[in-house]
Amino acid sequence: MARLRIKDGRAAVDDRAKGQEITLDAWRDGVRPEAGRFELSIPNTEDVEALAAVVSRFDAVILDFPTFQDGRAYSQARTLRERLAFKGEIRARGDVLCDQALFMIRCGFDALDIGDGDIEGFRRALNAYSAVYQPAGDDMTPIRMRRLPNSVAA
Amino acid sequence: MYRYDEFDDTFVRERVAEFRGQVARRLSGDLTEEQFKPLRLMNGLYLQLHAYMLRVAIPYGTLSARQLRQLAMIARKYDKGYGHFTTRQNIQYNWPALIDVPDILSDLADVEMHAIQTSGNCIRNVTSDPYAGAATGEVDDPRVWSEVIRQWSSLHPEFSFLPRKFKIAVTASDEDRAAIKVHDIGLRLYRNEEGDRGFEVLVGGGLGRTPFIAETIRAFLPERRLLSYLEAIMRVYNRHGRRDNKYKARVKILVSVDPDDFRRQVEKEWEKSDKDRLDAPLEELLRIRRHFAPPNFEMLTQDSAALNDARRDNEEFNRWISVNSRAHRQPGYAIVNISLKPIGKPPGDISADQMDAVADIAGRFSFDEIRATHEQNLCLPHVKKDDLFAVWRALDGAGLATANIGLASDIIACPGLDYCDLANARSIPIAERIAERFADPRKAADVGELKIKISGCINACGHHHVGHIGILGVDKKGEEFYQITLGGSGAEDASIGAITGRGFSSSEVVDAVDRLVDFYKDSRKPGERFLDAYRRLGAEPFKEALYGETSH
Ligand code: SF4
Repeated sequence: MARLRIKDGRAAVDDRAKGQEITLDAWRDGVRPEAGRFELSIPNTEDVEALAAVVSRFDAVILDFPTFQDGRAYSQARTLRERLAFKGEIRARGDVLCDQALFMIRCGFDALDIGDGDIEGFRRALNAYSAVYQPAGDDMTPIRMRRLPNSVAA
Repeated sequence: MYRYDEFDDTFVRERVAEFRGQVARRLSGDLTEEQFKPLRLMNGLYLQLHAYMLRVAIPYGTLSARQLRQLAMIARKYDKGYGHFTTRQNIQYNWPALIDVPDILSDLADVEMHAIQTSGNCIRNVTSDPYAGAATGEVDDPRVWSEVIRQWSSLHPEFSFLPRKFKIAVTASDEDRAAIKVHDIGLRLYRNEEGDRGFEVLVGGGLGRTPFIAETIRAFLPERRLLSYLEAIMRVYNRHGRRDNKYKARVKILVSVDPDDFRRQVEKEWEKSDKDRLDAPLEELLRIRRHFAPPNFEMLTQDSAALNDARRDNEEFNRWISVNSRAHRQPGYAIVNISLKPIGKPPGDISADQMDAVADIAGRFSFDEIRATHEQNLCLPHVKKDDLFAVWRALDGAGLATANIGLASDIIACPGLDYCDLANARSIPIAERIAERFADPRKAADVGELKIKISGCINACGHHHVGHIGILGVDKKGEEFYQITLGGSGAEDASIGAITGRGFSSSEVVDAVDRLVDFYKDSRKPGERFLDAYRRLGAEPFKEALYGETSH
């Protein structure tokens, strides 16, 4: 069960947890962390914006891809990063395949639970594109900004 | 037209390299077909009844002569020497070998083309008005905005795994030649009373098994807010669109449940978004706009003596002009439609030699430009009236001078049972037989505008719901049957056709269409189209014409 953490475009294997996992259901049932660091796992049907106050108390959020075709967690990740300015880890779990890895990172994920996925395949996929067209939940500079005459990123 | 810069070029090259790796993994057995399927679909590669099919994007239907020549080359080298234009301004190749596909994509990249997002549950290749930049009464060139959308939607990280496919169409005229009301999002650019340009935003149109006309969810969106607003719509859909049933997963279902609620959610999402970050900067809009500057038109008078003489001298040419050409905004120029519906041939098919011929003609007579239309025809947007006779001769020499645009034999038909594994019935042979019935130019001209559209199953790829006469293939105890719908339209007066009654066998259906047309001819007012006569008279008399008086 491998876990990749991505920082500045580089993927490193790092299997440590950020803390103890608490599910959103458990949180709603009143489970409260006593001490230490904690991760919150959220189903992909939840409106993360409504959870702003909860999320801000956690070191990491775990979002779910029940199948790779179910893309709801992409919207959750971008909302966390761009609207709630969540600074902790956002980790993808479930059907996490290398061919979607770049989409995940671009939406603001910075950790991927890749199961027994091929680590080299993930590295390759994450570096497949040197330029992207749109702003999203990461800090890649979109092509349209790099085109601006005075862009330092060109 | 738009030209790639080094960023666009790098992007498609990297895409080809990525897919080359994926194909290699599939061929070596590293990937199963199941794992490979979503990857090939993201690159426009389908597995059909007999072989792979590759769908190549023609963004908003605009092609250069050089691009069309390359499409011809690909048809010759990797296919059986022809291609097929679709109802979404794309071209399909029906016989490529998997091992060749990366090379095909690389050849496409050489001419600034790709097959990205021509399939899969993502934002599909954006479509637009084929007369863009040439039509009278346009408030802007809709291709500017289509290109903005093309770039924004390319490998969009959030919206590549939507509940279902997603289609956007853009127009900037009152006359709708892009069928925006039957798209997931339809955008109509216009000027409001203050004189500002903005979009009417329509959402939730679509055909398939539950057809809907799109709802206006915003009457006026300032044009530079386009992308942030699209993001808001897409996010609401991505979060709330149904994923439990693929037949209820299109955005039209979400909108139809409660249009007001959908509108509120989009507006709320948009209110909160960081618009200045999401919207394209003005410099970028200007940069793209420069690519769509009008060509160097000559200053001419509206009237062309050469054209008038040729029309007088040549009846066939005269008929072709009346039927296939349209008014151009520039005096002395015309828009020329090239019918890909020659009588007795599959709609939308074109041979490699014909592609080369069209490319040559466009190079000589139409500023190098060609357009694909959603009615599976081609168009030369900017032809001098003085040159029309020469263009006609050249097209005729290539077998491309069929004069039937908008007439009964200009039929849209999906691939049907001949190619598609979902089909209930064949569509192409029915289209061919109906076209033969209306082959006589005098008969066809007398009938006038009549849009016949044929789908081989309820998925409605042949847009039968919006045909003035729609024909739907159904399976009746293992036999091919055809249901007829009447009164549909995909234009600015959009409507969904109504089912008439029991279906017809393949041997009955052409006569049935003929009975409808005969009834129309007997009942119309002077100048009244089939569709307008139907709307005036209602369904009943047409049903009687179809089934006889006793059978309802
Ligand atoms: S309408 Fe049906 S038969 Fe025709 S192409 Fe679509 S899926 Fe195939």
